[in-house]
Amino acid sequence: MNRKLPIIIVAFVVVVFAFGAWVHLRVAEPPESSPVGGMVVNVSIGGPFELTDHTGARMDDKALRGNYALIYFGYTSCPDVCPTELGGIAAAIDELGENGELVNPVMITIDPERDTPEVLAEYVPLFHDRLVGLTGTDAEIKDVAEKYRVFYRRFEDPNSTFYLMDHTSFVYLIDPDGGVASMFRYGTPHGDMADTIRQHMNARAKN
Amino acid sequence: MISRFSSALLTLLLLTAPLPAHEEKSEHLTISHPWTRATAPSQKVGAVFMAITTNGATKDRLIGARSPDAEIVEIHGHSMDNGVMRMRPVDGVVIPAEGEAVLEPGGLHIMLINLKAPLLEETVIPLTLEFEKAGTVEIEVVVEAAGTRKAASATGHGAGHDVMNKTNDGTMKNDMEQDTMKHDAGGHGGHKH
Repeated sequence: MNRKLPIIIVAFVVVVFAFGAWVHLRVAEPPESSPVGGMVVNVSIGGPFELTDHTGARMDDKALRGNYALIYFGYTSCPDVCPTELGGIAAAIDELGENGELVNPVMITIDPERDTPEVLAEYVPLFHDRLVGLTGTDAEIKDVAEKYRVFYRRFEDPNSTFYLMDHTSFVYLIDPDGGVASMFRYGTPHGDMADTIRQHMNARAKN
Repeated sequence: MISRFSSALLTLLLLTAPLPAHEEKSEHLTISHPWTRATAPSQKVGAVFMAITTNGATKDRLIGARSPDAEIVEIHGHSMDNGVMRMRPVDGVVIPAEGEAVLEPGGLHIMLINLKAPLLEETVIPLTLEFEKAGTVEIEVVVEAAGTRKAASATGHGAGHDVMNKTNDGTMKNDMEQDTMKHDAGGHGGHKH
């Protein structure tokens, strides 16, 4: 196939190595005795944000308190990965039945240039009727992405006016206090995601 | 309705030239269940997935595609390292002799760029595939729900059962399920292009 491809891949691996090492230092597999599934996060990930939702209203992280949230960082011009993950989030919420109503699905764009509130408003209902789309200024998105350790970068095709985004693809489970309770890797089956959320809900109910 | 049906039954026998019977067979390709996802009006891209099987002893290569519904059509692959997803054009997709190539979420796909109109669920769009040996193949791609997931990397059963719920044709569901399982074996590491 493409002879340049191995070189590109190697170059990319080098570029992301530092990032990867950094993530590995901060995200550990759960110990066997862990009461809940998903990845256990042992440093502070997450934090306050204030962004603009798909209706054009300002919304901050406090609006999510009191319920769980599943946050995904993606973009609407994302042909495959984002629809897959958003579909997974929606399916996990459906799988939880009534408890699913206690989980708010949220997508934060990492492509604020194209993803205006109007664009997000057309996009989010395709996946879930409660999915909230959030956008902001470049600085606001950079800030929230840094807090959630999200890597993103624009990839320009020199032959096209169209561009793609390289980005971290994790789903973050936020607990009712606003903390990151778990992270799910790309491709986590929605059933596993639902199980983890259920475990968090049960653990919380006991305390 | 008719077009949905015809696309669901998409098994194409491809002849590039009038050849003797046994050689004709070596030119056969089967395209199984080509599908894509519904898009919002503001979305300018879509990804098309399918399985391509060679029925003969000759390998072939998918080298390009075009559609009247998109300005640009490219073949793309994925790579993922430590959770960072990256998509890039690839030169082509080899379909091994008596084997298959699977274009699926998280792996290879045909990317529709600058869509001329939104892709609406339960419609079909025409797509022309170009193969090195088989030449041009016209297919119809079924537009499914925006959040449809099939055969994603580690999803295994979950994704497979999504398929089961979302298609109407029994035979096709089972075919896709098998493909899903086969290609899930590779897990994350299987996403090479």
